[in-house]
Amino acid sequence: MKTRVVLLTGYLGSGKTTLLSRLLVHPEMGETAVIVNELGEVAIDHHLLRRVDERTVVLGNGCVCCTLRGDLADELRDLLSRRDRGEIPAFRRVVVETTGLADPSPILYTLLGEPVVKHHFALERVITTVDAQHGLRSEESVKQAAVADRLVVTKPDLADPAMVMRELRRLNPAAEILESVLGDLAPGELFDGDERDPRDLVFDEAPAHDHEVRAVCLMFEEPLDWTAFGIWLTMLLQARGGDVLRVKGLLDVGAGGPLVINGVQHVVHPPEHLPAWPDDDRRSRIVFIGRGFTRDELERSLAAFNRAAQ
Amino acid sequence: MCVLCGVLLNDHWAEQEGGRRGRVFRGRLLNRVLAVYGLRLDDWSGRVWVLRDRKGRTAVVDNLGAVWVEAERLCGRPLDPLDADLIAALS
Repeated sequence: MKTRVVLLTGYLGSGKTTLLSRLLVHPEMGETAVIVNELGEVAIDHHLLRRVDERTVVLGNGCVCCTLRGDLADELRDLLSRRDRGEIPAFRRVVVETTGLADPSPILYTLLGEPVVKHHFALERVITTVDAQHGLRSEESVKQAAVADRLVVTKPDLADPAMVMRELRRLNPAAEILESVLGDLAPGELFDGDERDPRDLVFDEAPAHDHEVRAVCLMFEEPLDWTAFGIWLTMLLQARGGDVLRVKGLLDVGAGGPLVINGVQHVVHPPEHLPAWPDDDRRSRIVFIGRGFTRDELERSLAAFNRAAQ
Repeated sequence: MCVLCGVLLNDHWAEQEGGRRGRVFRGRLLNRVLAVYGLRLDDWSGRVWVLRDRKGRTAVVDNLGAVWVEAERLCGRPLDPLDADLIAALS
């Protein structure tokens, strides 16, 4: 069984370390290893703590998101071998806390692409903290929020979180949004529960401003041809990968259950077949978070590729 | 796995199913798209593809992601699936 990895990210001062310190106090967070970039503030007496220096290895043609975080891969491999030799206590989960300015894509690429790491570790969830006072204040913080599975709005006691919540729901409706004052969340609130069903999401249909990152949802009544979809998405990511921050969806490819697709920029998780649909609604739904495209453009293009496969 | 670096990872997410028949179908569909840009893709021994342009330049690619990297290089511009001319050509 693979060891689960949680990626905890968020902009500078958005409360990542506070959240992590409070979480680690809970007894159910036992058997957790923690990898951080900065030492000092995390209360980790009874936890394994490893520090890494950001070290990236640029692969191939230098695409930013497709860089291996060699530091992270080394640490994960080392944790694994020391656990197997009995030199450190057993752990069932690893929390990786990024720096505030970190681009999450290389970390996800490392977890999903490095041969040894992907064989032994599975990405469980990306959790992103966003400060209610300052919101999404930079390109990095927008990207961190776009790739999140759970968003934690921090410091709601210091500033009204309503505006940030609205902004986040517009940016990433697929993520559940929680509020936290000084990290007062139980581990179950962050780590348990299923991902949100794309069919239950509400999308803001107001036109996007120039360069605004936002979410759109494509919907198809007829089954999609998987080969056509793969060709279309790889072509789209090659042409516009920098602008497609996140892809997430349930596809009807004519099988008994849906096919789950999940990607961050150029990095796409291996697709997963679910055994059955939850109900009679079998329409494909694909959420795109990014900029420079509209829902109609994406739908028209994918439909043309799908027709070409018939 | 990664559209750009799938070569290194050797198990591209979009090519894990379908077997030999799936590969033949994928090649046929890819050629419909690539023909719009004056390119052609030939299967070579069921393991790699050879991409050619009309000037006779070739590139050997071993997964779907790499097809678009090399196609872009041979054409000298990004090949955008949202391009209205491509959509019209496929329709």
